[in-house]
Amino acid sequence: MEKILLRNTDVKDSHTLAVYKSRGGYRAWEKVVGGIFPEQLIEEIKASGLRGRGGAGFPTGMKWGFVPKDSPKPKYVICNADESEPGTFKDRLLIERDPHAVIEGTILAAYAIRSHTAFIYIRGELAFGAKVLQRAIDEAAQAGYLGKNILGSGYGLDLILHRGAGAYICGEETGLLSSLEGGRGWPKVKPPFPATHGLFGCPTVVNNVETLAALPWIVDHGAAKYAAIGTEKSKGTKLFSVSGHIRKPGVYELEMGYPLRQFLEVDCGGVPNGRRLKGVIPGGVSMPVLRGDEIEGVRMDYESLQAAGTLLGSGGVVVMDESTCMVKAAWNVARFYAHESCGQCTPCREGCHWMEKIFWRIENGQGQPGDLDLILSISGNITGNTICPFGDAAAWPAAAFIKKYRDEFEAHIAQKKCVVSA
Amino acid sequence: MAVEFSPETLKRFEETVGRYPKKEAAMLPVLYLAQGEFGYLGSEAIEYVAKLMGLSPARVYGVVTFYTMLNMKPIGKHHIQVCRTLSCALAGAEKITELLKAKLGIRTGETTPDGRFTLSEVECLASCGTGPMMQINDDYYENLSKEKIEEILRSLK
Repeated sequence: MEKILLRNTDVKDSHTLAVYKSRGGYRAWEKVVGGIFPEQLIEEIKASGLRGRGGAGFPTGMKWGFVPKDSPKPKYVICNADESEPGTFKDRLLIERDPHAVIEGTILAAYAIRSHTAFIYIRGELAFGAKVLQRAIDEAAQAGYLGKNILGSGYGLDLILHRGAGAYICGEETGLLSSLEGGRGWPKVKPPFPATHGLFGCPTVVNNVETLAALPWIVDHGAAKYAAIGTEKSKGTKLFSVSGHIRKPGVYELEMGYPLRQFLEVDCGGVPNGRRLKGVIPGGVSMPVLRGDEIEGVRMDYESLQAAGTLLGSGGVVVMDESTCMVKAAWNVARFYAHESCGQCTPCREGCHWMEKIFWRIENGQGQPGDLDLILSISGNITGNTICPFGDAAAWPAAAFIKKYRDEFEAHIAQKKCVVSA
Repeated sequence: MAVEFSPETLKRFEETVGRYPKKEAAMLPVLYLAQGEFGYLGSEAIEYVAKLMGLSPARVYGVVTFYTMLNMKPIGKHHIQVCRTLSCALAGAEKITELLKAKLGIRTGETTPDGRFTLSEVECLASCGTGPMMQINDDYYENLSKEKIEEILRSLK
């Protein structure tokens, strides 16, 4: 398979403009700014079938199409580089090793909606990535790909790198907007959607790093070539971050629809130490876990993972072998959400802490009969009852761990100790 | 003691604010400037930033308390942050934290009496394939082991 997203990341000095250009970089932007209308670019991306890679999977071209053309307000494009979903580290790789692809993609998105100010919102902890990106932005501006009157076209774009300060919720697009507006990263009620009422109430597009990094290749090679890769509803390639009990962890680029079992056992070398696979979370810890015996026939794309009862999400694949205590794993994930809930909606603010406390007491031998149904009840009361998807992201995995490994949870409660490591 | 920016930082403040479409959008970069200048964001620093930004101290306080990287108390010269989330936990993050506690003689959330080290446990740092890992100030340290930790601590002395 031809690499699209990882085409440059293993090349020496891939973060520099010289190397990026030597590999065809900024050819797409030169072509577009030299004579393609924004509407044509939107149509091209719609035709490619590219869907958002941040987790929600919304069609990118359609998202751009919702931005009103005749608005008198300024328009903004924001590259969401707030990668924080546990199990996910693909955007960090692109930022550090192929920053110009991220920048070129952001420029193309800005041009498509006629925006003259764009931001890259990078999570605060990624200090090294921020340095690499800023250097690349400066190089791109120096070379005339950014700034006023780009390549003599009359079109101008300012690109601002903005660092977050430590809050998972700022990866949610409206939480990100609140943060960039200078406030707490509180998500906003939708509708209205950011396409019409985004940053400071102005039309705004927020796209994930991986989504944007795919754009130069699509423009350069044509939408048809991209749409020929993958499945009917999941076009192109996707990055998967693999971690946990696996021989070869790392970031992999796969054609959409690649078989999960083959990926884990062949590409990633399988579970080490002769142990058996107990569970795998395929799309970041927000997504329901699959048992080891459920992965047969599952493919890595939007529709197949949904049919299997989980979701593609961010493509963060966390592998757990038979030595893993699922009570402890569920508690770990619940603690994450209890820590990161922004506190705005009552079901999430209260529910996440309750779930964490109950998982903790089960883990520590103080579980009570009825605890599992209590967690399922709390999870059910959070789902669908919050402003943003964070509530679901906390509720789904909690319920899935219990449903998939109920015997283990019950034994842990009855015996007042871990039944896996014993 | 009244806190205020040095002339150089004040210049950077003006430049930073000037880059954004609205002044309020510069809140986080300005708070980073303040944290860099004053070491932490105590109530005097918050009041000073509020005055510069033309906002109420309560508004700035609300922002400072929301983000984990903004510190309201002094922290050690080396801020050790061990990732504790699932992938790192599967890779043995708990042992790393225990080892650091023993080596430094402090609990998580505490600073050594000489002010050199602060130890924190944090959530996922997007380095899951190279766990267990930690961040010390701006730098990531990955695939940690007992030997590696000892070497890192020695290098920071």
